[in-house]
Amino acid sequence: MKILVCISNVPDTTTRVKFLENNTKLDTAGIQWVINPWDELSLTRALELKEKPGAGVDKVTVIHVGEQSSEPTIRKALAIGADDAIRVNADPLDAYFVAAQIAEIVRGEDFDIILSGIESSDHNGSTVGGMLSEFLDIPSVSAVSSLDLEGGEAVITREIDGGKEIVNVPVPFVAVVQKGIAKEPRIAAMRGIMMARSKPIKVIEPVSVDPLTNVESYTLPEERAACKFIDADKPAELIEILQNEAKVI
Amino acid sequence: MSVLVYTENWDGRFKKQTYEIVSYAAKLAEQMGSSLTAVSIGEVSEDELQSLGNYGAAKVLTVDNDKVKVLDNKVYTSIIAEAAIKEGAGIIVLANNNSGKALAPRLSVRLKAGIGAGVSKLPVSIDPFTVVKRVFSGNAFAKLIIKSDIKIITLAQNSFDVVETGGSAGVEKFEAAVLPEAKTVVKDVHKQGGKLLLTDAEIVVSGGRGMKSADNWGPLEELAEVLGAATACSRPVSDEGWRPHEEHTGQTGKIIAPNLYIAVGISGATQHIAGVSSSKYIVAINTDKDAPIFETAQYGIVGDALKVLPELVNAVKAAKNK
Repeated sequence: MKILVCISNVPDTTTRVKFLENNTKLDTAGIQWVINPWDELSLTRALELKEKPGAGVDKVTVIHVGEQSSEPTIRKALAIGADDAIRVNADPLDAYFVAAQIAEIVRGEDFDIILSGIESSDHNGSTVGGMLSEFLDIPSVSAVSSLDLEGGEAVITREIDGGKEIVNVPVPFVAVVQKGIAKEPRIAAMRGIMMARSKPIKVIEPVSVDPLTNVESYTLPEERAACKFIDADKPAELIEILQNEAKVI
Repeated sequence: MSVLVYTENWDGRFKKQTYEIVSYAAKLAEQMGSSLTAVSIGEVSEDELQSLGNYGAAKVLTVDNDKVKVLDNKVYTSIIAEAAIKEGAGIIVLANNNSGKALAPRLSVRLKAGIGAGVSKLPVSIDPFTVVKRVFSGNAFAKLIIKSDIKIITLAQNSFDVVETGGSAGVEKFEAAVLPEAKTVVKDVHKQGGKLLLTDAEIVVSGGRGMKSADNWGPLEELAEVLGAATACSRPVSDEGWRPHEEHTGQTGKIIAPNLYIAVGISGATQHIAGVSSSKYIVAINTDKDAPIFETAQYGIVGDALKVLPELVNAVKAAKNK
């Protein structure tokens, strides 16, 4: 069985973002780029399954749509333990464009399980995984918080509003993965970092796809008013304010 | 070009978030000078379906057959896509919840329709069709132009007020002409019984490491109870196993937007703020007056949570008895 993990390259989650050129471009100066947190968890789970006796996973590949500058992030995924990587050499114009590029690659390969993070911490779209499944016309399961393989069958937990369902779909499928899929993201060890240097990254040129959306400009959130402090000895005042001033209780 | 809204049901019932998205979609239809059709999948009573008229739906398409008993993303996508084509929908609105996130991207590819995901306001422009959406986990907003003929919007929860129009809706049975085989088999269901859902709650009381131990949650739960609130927690608390993972609020946990978020003993790491920054009001209670949570909160108390909580419970009880 082969698992494909879709990887997005995002600013470190503590980044205070700034914009350039009339707020149309992200200011990348000083940004630390990381694997999108949910993708990192997906990769961790894929590797756990590969190591699990009897699960039958023999290969974990990562795929990324991005320019050469994102290669350190791919190397990091390889250092964590992915066997090989594919990079579609293109600026990821929008989610539809990215999903179309990945679909194009997957059509020529034989992946059984495709993992995609439930969102990327930059565009927060929650869309690439679902789009990919539709391009490929295969089942998708969303909000997946656990994935196991037992006797060649996938046992999947998906979150529903107010609970969980244990579901199964036949391979190949796309699992759109959220928190819970793995406990902690795996960290690259020195040996992994050394080995990653010689692992292959296949670079493929994009197919022509028109994006369906584009960002016109960015804005920063409005500054919140300064915090109004209430004396710790008079908590009733807080309740009074919430009731009569904010009118939220 | 009409507007189509997918109205999910929970055991045959709609809830506040359904009426929010219907109200939003109705307003959108009004802006476009067109009408609103709702599509409902699964077994829902006639009365419940007609209730959508009161929030602005002119027509309700209802689908119920053996293939829709569980959520199969492909089957549901086929139904909504056919309904959209039948109605000549130019805009499709879904909730930005688990099922909305599962269906919107498939619909996007099926109909070649661009998505504005997690939108919280009406479009700022109709031509070009421009929505504002949260990006960089709430650290910025993007003006997103959707260029395709059909547009999909997923609406963030608790971001649009429910508006009763007093209207009525015509309910029609609908069947998709082509339905794929349902491949999703549900083996088991675990429902969170009776509890107010975090994502539905208008008030949330949330505890962090400052609560010191799992044994100290009693007064926090009591405050939640008297306020009619749901309980939440920060990531370290769920990682420690003090509270269940379902309560973890933050960038990698649940993203919520209640009217009131009370952060108790939470320092306010960027990743936590990312999950709650859309709350209308944030109250922070923390012993450290320099904790970053006070930069985001409108109201704060510098003090020991375990002392302040019982007094807040009493104050709420007193205020409610007035």
